[in-house]
Parts: sequence; C-alpha cells; structure tokens
Amino acid sequence: MTLGLRTQGAEPSPSTYAPAPGHRFKVGDRVAVKRSFPPGHRRTPYYIRGKTGVIERICGAFPNPEELAYGFDGEPKKVLYRVRFAQPTVWPTYSGPARDLIEMEIFEHWLEPA
Amino acid sequence: MNDHPHDYYAKGKHGHDHDHEDHAPIEERDEGPPSEYEIMSRAMQELLEEKGAVTAEQVRRRMELFEEELPYRGSRVVAHAWADPQFKKRLLEDGKAACTEFGIDLEADRLIAVENTPEVHNVIVCTLCSCYPRALLGMPPTWYKSTNYRSRVVFEPRAVLKEFGTVLPDQVTVRVHDSNADMRYVVIPMRPKGTESWSEERLAAILTRDTLVGVTVPRVDAAT
Repeated sequence: MTLGLRTQGAEPSPSTYAPAPGHRFKVGDRVAVKRSFPPGHRRTPYYIRGKTGVIERICGAFPNPEELAYGFDGEPKKVLYRVRFAQPTVWPTYSGPARDLIEMEIFEHWLEPA
Repeated sequence: MNDHPHDYYAKGKHGHDHDHEDHAPIEERDEGPPSEYEIMSRAMQELLEEKGAVTAEQVRRRMELFEEELPYRGSRVVAHAWADPQFKKRLLEDGKAACTEFGIDLEADRLIAVENTPEVHNVIVCTLCSCYPRALLGMPPTWYKSTNYRSRVVFEPRAVLKEFGTVLPDQVTVRVHDSNADMRYVVIPMRPKGTESWSEERLAAILTRDTLVGVTVPRVDAAT
C-alpha cells in the first residue's frame, strides 16, 4: 500500500461501511477542514480545524453527533470521511520525518474543497 | 497509604520499593460518599430493574464479559488474520464483517483494521475522549485515557512510542489514527520471524493489548 498523499486517487476505494448516498467528496480529493469554532458538542478536534488533507475513505452516513449530544435523533445523517493529513501541515514544528501521517474522521459539513 | 496516581507514566515512581503487582484491586472509590454519576447509574439500574427491562444478573454478566472475555478477542482475531491471509484481507476490507464471520459480535462498533508493514507503523488514540475498540479489547487502560498520551501521541508520536520501548527508524512512516467519531481501530502488527510453525493460540499470546493499539510490537521472546 502506498501512503503518499498524492497517490490516493489511484488506489482502489476501501469498502464503504454504511450507505453514504450523495457524498460530496471522493477518495483522493483534497479537502480543508473549516476553521470554525461554534460552541457545543463537536467531533472535529480543534487542532485539525483549518488544516488541509486528502480523503482516505468514506466511512458511511451516520447520525449527526452534534444533534445526538442534545437528545435529538441525529437526522438527517451526515456523511463521515476519514481524512489523511501530512504531520508537518498539522504541526508546523513537527520534529519527525515529513512523511509521517495523521488520520481522523471528519463529517462532511466540516469539509470544503481545497 | 501513599496517594499514588493511577497513571501508566507514574509506574516505577512509587514511593517505596516493595512489589504492588499482586495486590487485589484497590477499592479507591469506597472512601467518602458516592459520586453523582454513581448515584445516577445506580438509580437508573434500579429503575430499569423495576420496569423489567434488565435484571441485576444481566448487568453482572455484562460486567463479567468486559473483564473475562472481551479483552482476549482482539488477540484471537488478529492471530487468525496472521494464520489466514484471505481472512486478513477481509479484516482489512471490512473489520466488522470479518469479526462476525469469526464469531465475534462487535454490536454497535464499526471496525477499521490497519496493518503494520516494513514501511508503515500504525498507532491509535482518541484525542477527544477514550474511544477504543472495547468489543475487541475490553476497557481501555488508564494510560490510553490520560491527557498525556492523548495530547502527545498526535504531535510527537515517535517520542511517545519510544517511551513504550518502540523505536522506529526514520524510513518507517508513522501513521497516527485519531479515533474521534464512529469508527474503532485495531492494529494488525507484523508477524515476527520464527513464528511460522506456531498455532493461533500461541500467536495470540504475543498479540498483547498494547501491540493491537500500536504502542509496541509483538516479540517472540514474550511467549515463554
């Protein structure tokens, strides 16, 4: 498996874990996490907001945790992606090799094309 | 008694030199009044029992399962993946489906298995709380939930791995997985040389919890 950030689009897409109809992004797309700081329960870690990465896989559509947290049913479901980031783009002072990676799950409404 | 923090990193800094390993679990919460959460959880259980939704026996069985069975599932699944390349392929493609096929019900958990190779080393964390593949590994260890591990492994993973005794050469890519939403993760470590003739049971013995989280790697000499 090649883990370079630029080669992702050429790889076969890993399986989809739940139906995700109408997903906006596909594997290999470059995306930026919104640099936004709304109050309340959010699953987008602060340290990744504003950073740019590549879609690693589409996990499926899941009840929105930002609604579930307050007792709502989480509908409509939101598409969840795994996004791959190069460590130096996340931490400008990253001390390890530049090829090191960090990956996490980001809901579609937190992503913009980059 | 010394007030020693229950933190992995505090191990070895204990104030006196006798061995505490064989202690029965310290009943740390027995002092003082129960916490608000203990009262809420107790009240909820009593209410559910009253309504006939659960029995005390079911709750006890669930707790027993968490301690006696769940922690050993991950080792068995990954040992099987080592022994059967076709199963490993299915585990990598869809972790939950492969576990179901193996007879393990992950319930609500969705699983992503990630494979260590000579080029890539994977390590798992949840920076937001303590998301962990509980259905495969049981309850997370205290260090996994510590602020120290959660905040540092994402930005200086190599330094943290070194503290666990895992030193990786620069040509190996470190791939950190922040388990921050609906997926749970398990690492498939590299199978060590010298284990070619081993049974799955013997392989499972070196697939310890920490190797499946990715903070360390399996060692042949660990299986004595």
